[in-house]
Amino acid sequence: MKKIEPWVPLVLTLILAAWFLGSIPAPPDSTFAFNSFGKLPVVFNGRLKPIDSLARTSLLEIREKQTLNTEPWKGWNDDPKIISATEWLATLMMNPAVADTWPVFRVDNPDLITLLKLPDASAAQRQDGKHYSWNQMAPSFELLEKENDRVQKIESVQRSAYEAAVAKIFDRLMLYAQLKNTLQPQDALDWKQELADYQALIPAGVAAIRAQQAKQPYDATAYNAFIDDFQRFDNMSQLQSPLVVPPDDPSGNWQRIGNILLNAAKGEKIPAAVTAYADMGDAFRKNDPAAFNAALADYRASLVPQFSGALHKAQSEVFFNQMQPFYGALVIYVIAGLLAVCFWFRLSETLRRTAVWLIALAFVIHTIGLVYRMILEGRPPVTNLYSSAIFIGWGAVILGLVLEKIHRNGIGAVVSAGIGFITLVIAHNLAVDGDTMEMMRAVLDTNFWLATHVVAVTTGYASTFVAGFLALIYILRGFFTSTLDEATGRSLARMIYGIVCFATLFSFVGTVLGGIWADQSWGRFWGWDPKENGALIIVLWNALILHLRWGGMIRERGLVNCAIFGNVVTSWSWFGVNMLGIGLHSYGFTDAAFKWLSLFVLSQLAVIGLGLLPDRMWKSFQASA
Amino acid sequence: MRTLVDRVIALFTSLRLTVVLLAFAILLVFIGTLAQVDEGLYNAQARYFRQWIILSLDLFGHPIPLLLPGGYLIGTLLVINLVFAHVWRFQLTVKKIGIQLAHAGVILLLVGQLATDMLAHESQIRFAEGQSKSYGENARANELAFVTDSGQGAQQVIAIPDSRLVPGAVITDPNLPFTLRVQTYWSNSEPTFRAPMMKNGPLLASNGVATRFDFHSVPETRDPDEKNVPAAIIEIVTPSASLGTWLVSGWTCDDTMIELVRQSYMQEVGTDMAEKITAQLTQPQTVTVDGRTFTFSLRPQRVYFPFSLQLLKATHTVYPGTDIPKDFRSRVHLRNPTTGENRDVEISMNHPLRYAGLTFYQYQMDAGQAALQAGRAPTSVLQVVRNPGWLTPYVGCAMVALGLMIQFLFHLVGFLSKRRSP
Repeated sequence: MKKIEPWVPLVLTLILAAWFLGSIPAPPDSTFAFNSFGKLPVVFNGRLKPIDSLARTSLLEIREKQTLNTEPWKGWNDDPKIISATEWLATLMMNPAVADTWPVFRVDNPDLITLLKLPDASAAQRQDGKHYSWNQMAPSFELLEKENDRVQKIESVQRSAYEAAVAKIFDRLMLYAQLKNTLQPQDALDWKQELADYQALIPAGVAAIRAQQAKQPYDATAYNAFIDDFQRFDNMSQLQSPLVVPPDDPSGNWQRIGNILLNAAKGEKIPAAVTAYADMGDAFRKNDPAAFNAALADYRASLVPQFSGALHKAQSEVFFNQMQPFYGALVIYVIAGLLAVCFWFRLSETLRRTAVWLIALAFVIHTIGLVYRMILEGRPPVTNLYSSAIFIGWGAVILGLVLEKIHRNGIGAVVSAGIGFITLVIAHNLAVDGDTMEMMRAVLDTNFWLATHVVAVTTGYASTFVAGFLALIYILRGFFTSTLDEATGRSLARMIYGIVCFATLFSFVGTVLGGIWADQSWGRFWGWDPKENGALIIVLWNALILHLRWGGMIRERGLVNCAIFGNVVTSWSWFGVNMLGIGLHSYGFTDAAFKWLSLFVLSQLAVIGLGLLPDRMWKSFQASA
Repeated sequence: MRTLVDRVIALFTSLRLTVVLLAFAILLVFIGTLAQVDEGLYNAQARYFRQWIILSLDLFGHPIPLLLPGGYLIGTLLVINLVFAHVWRFQLTVKKIGIQLAHAGVILLLVGQLATDMLAHESQIRFAEGQSKSYGENARANELAFVTDSGQGAQQVIAIPDSRLVPGAVITDPNLPFTLRVQTYWSNSEPTFRAPMMKNGPLLASNGVATRFDFHSVPETRDPDEKNVPAAIIEIVTPSASLGTWLVSGWTCDDTMIELVRQSYMQEVGTDMAEKITAQLTQPQTVTVDGRTFTFSLRPQRVYFPFSLQLLKATHTVYPGTDIPKDFRSRVHLRNPTTGENRDVEISMNHPLRYAGLTFYQYQMDAGQAALQAGRAPTSVLQVVRNPGWLTPYVGCAMVALGLMIQFLFHLVGFLSKRRSP
């Protein structure tokens, strides 16, 4: 036994590393080359991205998952059919008649379900009561549109849960319609043929229209057919679908197929990409994988000479999507955290070492994800709420590892694993809002301030959370277990004090840098905006803790309780102020994030309550009581 | 026996006072943030932060009687506390240098913000391409301006701030050959066209725009992105007789508001009619007394500069296929007759122009597809700020950061070396 023990950390680390690496490659395509299709570059929301990303983020927005379960009424053990996001999007774009029957829209609000006359859950009817198809909702579109018109007139902060759900499902349906009109008009039956007919019709159609306008005799058949087509393509282009057609040379702008078809009437040529996608669509609809794969390969090959950069970028992003580094890190943090907590019960040093090794592995994966994202985006690490969660976790893990290196008592390890896990769960839930690599609005489009102000403030958040987490460990471990002796308690308090100092420095510098950025961009150093105020409260709270300590007004226990309240203050600044617009009105109280924030605050207050109880009620510190 | 002075010193140097003030500051910032939901940013700021004493709060529509120190009081006491502590406990030791530096930085920040609050001035320049302007307009204050020829092609402007337009007030000015009697003042208003052949109410005033438009009072807006447009009814009286009443309002002379009116009528009655109605609204109002003609209007308060800016080109870039703004950029020609300067400058987001003690920031832009389709000339809005204290946060921040870093490094080094040699 003694001989095996030193090898446990290494072996377990290698096993988990192998698990992570093994999960990267996507399952091979059996028929249609969806993996290869997913790597095609397109432009949507102003960003060049692979179809794979477009599919995943769209499905997240519509269904709140990255995959599609086409048989949601079945239990997970009944082997429901799960298809990938790319396969769903390919079907939606090229064979919408099938995609329209899939239960892809998630609807939770009961009032909305009633309004749209959607069926309840019933395995016999093949309904789960939560996911519905386009076809199921189509009869109620008129009603929904009227209702949405009414809702749009209400400020989003004033909407009820039902009204918010109306606006949300309307957005989801719009996105779905945009995607459906990306490669062909949604009502196309045989698009390849229709496209060829349209191209052939153009000269006659244009002549007929000219003649009609000049009040001369004209070919009515050509005229009507041409106007019909024109109407369809105009609808298509109005929808602002993804831009899939590459420009003539890489410096130009990508185009929508709808616009190209309209411009073709003015004599502009139809680029090869349009027909290439029509070929793929034709083969797809006819269920001919060989023809589809051949057309796809031809199109990819045609992009290589000029768009190798775009292809390469799209491919790297698909790799990133498949790697799911933050998910992998999340799983390993959980395992490491459990091991480290077990170590507290004086089990064995091997447990602690294993935990540290695993945290190191998760941290490496976390870092790879963070850096990969930065390279893909060409941005500093934090650009939105999602990436702030990832960065806060990353910073906290480093601090925890440093503490563990110094103290070697399993506490830093639990901090690392705990905060790493929680922040990645938060990030995972934030990703539902859509593309996490969205473009930066004009005033935010500055890498300098993103790299300084945002990173400093986020580091301030991370360190305040680390102090708060250490304090939670102090109280929970001390109150519920007898493993906290006085020396460990003192060392915990010292760690908390040190981290609070660190947090004060970073939150102060970050906040003031934000002021300087504001001064640089609109001439107002401080505007009392909710987000600014939230950051200021963190600075003030940390300064308050330090002054209380210096003045001897609080001792060990007081410091610990104050640090826990730091969690409340920081979560308010991180999430609470964002909800001010929404959260403090009717909508916010049903908003999931608001619920979680309230629960978090209550839990912290409860722990502070425990912290205020006298020593004799604690399991630890009995000797001194 | 301790003297009173000793006690005062003990109070103002005490850490307890610091702690109490910090706690109140946290509470106040929190309340001031929540209050913005109902009261809007500007009102909440005036009520809680730019205030000495707060007697009651309003949160989510519920009044709460509570006595609290306001932002000014907390800030001032903190400065006093810091200065006292700084002076009394000052020790120039290596160990204390970090903390001294950080506190000096905080004092500078607080004093600098107080100075900014009192001395800074903001205005905006809104111009379409080709337009040249030598003044900024205050978005929050208005003035009743009388403009008359003073001979030699120069104009004389007599401006009365709107704070003086209180109903019942009688206003005289040595430069005006008449007296004004304020009958009505609305801090926010809306106009409606008195369409012919419709049932219109009685005229609000006997002359000018009131004969073509009705105005009514609306509640003040709390949205920081919206404007309050006041209206007033004034009577002009000469020593011999009353010349009648007029309605004055920002709706007749503020470009932004006029554009709003044009847009809303365009949807209702089409472009041509909208143009006609807008022309009726903006027709200047004048009064002639003793052979001098005065054109008058209630307009955003102006701040004149000794130079002019002309908008050459407004660039509004979006990300391809979206309307997410990517960049706002104004190319501007600067002309200063006193210095003989005559040059082009470029102002964009995060790249302001600093000139003559003023800073010009790219603020808003209306030059994208939407503006082109609606037939509006590309327009840019610059924010103009005079803030003599603008450097204090930069210096203050550097001092605090450096101070804290020195202090905490000492702690860390001490802590680590203690651990190594137990």
